[in-house]
Amino acid sequence: MSDALLSVRNLTKIFGGLVAVNDVSFDVARGEVVGLLGDNGAGKSTLIKCISGVHSAEDGEIIFDNGAVRFASPMDARRVGIETIYQDLALANNLDVGANIFLGREVKTRRLGGLVQTLDDKHMREQSRQTLDSLHIRIPALTEPIEKLSGGQRQAVAIARAVYWDARLMIMDEPTNNLGVPEQHKVLELIRMLKGRGVPVILITHVMPDALAVTDRIIVMHRGRKVAEKITARTNAEELVQYMVGAREDVAA
Amino acid sequence: MTERASRLTLTRASAAHAGVRTRAQRVALFFSRVWAWAFLGLLVLFFVISVPLTTGGSVNFLTIRNSQNILVAIIPVLLLGLGQTFVIIAAGIDLSVGWVMSLASVLSALALRAAFNAGAPLFPSVLIGLIAALAGAATVGLVNGVIIAKLKVPAFIVTLGTSFIVRGIAYLMSENTTVIGLPSGIRAYGNDALLYYIPGQGGGLYFLQRPEVSGELLRRMDIILPYPVVVTAFVVAWAIFLLHRTQFGRHTYAIGGNMDAAVRSGIPVDRRIISIYILSAGTSGIAGFLSTLRFTAGSAVIGDPLLLSSIAAVIIGGVSMFGGAGTVIGTVIGALIIAVLTTGLVMLNVDAFWQFIVVGTVVIVAVLIDQSRDLIIGRTRGGAAQ
Repeated sequence: MSDALLSVRNLTKIFGGLVAVNDVSFDVARGEVVGLLGDNGAGKSTLIKCISGVHSAEDGEIIFDNGAVRFASPMDARRVGIETIYQDLALANNLDVGANIFLGREVKTRRLGGLVQTLDDKHMREQSRQTLDSLHIRIPALTEPIEKLSGGQRQAVAIARAVYWDARLMIMDEPTNNLGVPEQHKVLELIRMLKGRGVPVILITHVMPDALAVTDRIIVMHRGRKVAEKITARTNAEELVQYMVGAREDVAA
Repeated sequence: MTERASRLTLTRASAAHAGVRTRAQRVALFFSRVWAWAFLGLLVLFFVISVPLTTGGSVNFLTIRNSQNILVAIIPVLLLGLGQTFVIIAAGIDLSVGWVMSLASVLSALALRAAFNAGAPLFPSVLIGLIAALAGAATVGLVNGVIIAKLKVPAFIVTLGTSFIVRGIAYLMSENTTVIGLPSGIRAYGNDALLYYIPGQGGGLYFLQRPEVSGELLRRMDIILPYPVVVTAFVVAWAIFLLHRTQFGRHTYAIGGNMDAAVRSGIPVDRRIISIYILSAGTSGIAGFLSTLRFTAGSAVIGDPLLLSSIAAVIIGGVSMFGGAGTVIGTVIGALIIAVLTTGLVMLNVDAFWQFIVVGTVVIVAVLIDQSRDLIIGRTRGGAAQ
């Protein structure tokens, strides 16, 4: 796979005596949606935290865009374009959509001959509106604190933020958790849209229908190890569950 | 599902969530937003009617003189409250502001006196007093901020501790007595005004010049916009700008709204928190400096009783104790409500201690109204997203 944007090679992460991630390798190609499946404690969260710079791995390497990378912090990972959306979304619920999309990267204008710098809320709101429109996300009131939005809308804001800041790889941790059914569909729709834009997505989930609906490939983890890697079109829920519970294992995987 | 259909669903879901409210809910929401203004208006109206009634028409509430008295009275509470507004919006608390004000008062008096006695002219001496007040206050703010941000000790504990420490330092430096012997000229800085007005015969309007009058004319003279009020107004304007128009203000809200998100968004949270506590100490320092000018003396006891009043003003003004919400203008309204209450009750000849009972009640009612708004809009607290 020469067109892989991300290559994880023999990654191992150890907490004390526990091998949370054990010698895991996989690739993610441009425009590809890869599902990461596994039971609680299978190591999928630890794996993606190694990729997104939260943890540093004991062994193995991460190759992003044909270069080996080593992240000291999540900001490092974000700087090269790896955006991670965790379940808590990392949004400030007391601020509006524009403020959240530009959180920590606010746009300022100089006033009084450069003497003072004020926030350019108008510009930030316009940019936010454009990004939301391009993703077909409709949020009626951009000036309201996002605590008034639904869970799905907040998820959409988090995705829009990543898109605005040119995410080159999107990692999403259980994005459909705690959402109503229509909003789950909308989030899956957004994942397809990202794929359409050539942005690959790593989707962490334990919801089998979600994984089967949007992914191209599925990686199953069990007790820290990768036990299966399947083309989504050539597998089924029953088979995947067997891998998840440890009843089956592909040695070659 | 087609794209169009999913768009529709999201719109419908959002309408149910954010858009459509019952008429009663909208009225309640509106009331919860404007009640502080309305309450202040009603309070003024009440005193405008009741004060002449109870005094047989000899005393009026809404006179130039009384309005200026109220403005002068709110200065320390407001200045302490301004810094506290930033602190509480960032989900912190600063219990040291009262004693920081005291320390600043003592320090500025000592520095000013020393400079003047060493032969410095009056104005530079006053400037040295201001620098001493701000430097002393900022040092306390820096210590507060560093311990809170870097060592992760709860703000309540840190500022409780520093308030005791600062109290000790203020008493020691003042040798447990009022710092007097200041040049009498500074009285003008603390008490002169932009405008003077003497109504009726032999009077008129005077700008930037205290008229040389005595007797009946002096008794009738109104002092409009004393310099400390003007200085405070500038600080208020600056605080409004800082909180509502700058990146620093935006970060203050973000830290109080969701600390974790602020950190992960790359906001320099530690640095911001340290700045916020320096700011809080700074406005308290200005309060101490102004009180030294006003009384021509430094006092180690001046600030202590103001801490709780300033927090009360902030809460009445709608700043959430959970952080993330509030405005500068709200704090101004809160301070005004307290000052109007205090002044009005005194004019009604009500025992002055009743003010505490009323202010306490208003504080609790303010928070109840804030909570009922949260119930109405279904706000979740503390940044819990779902």
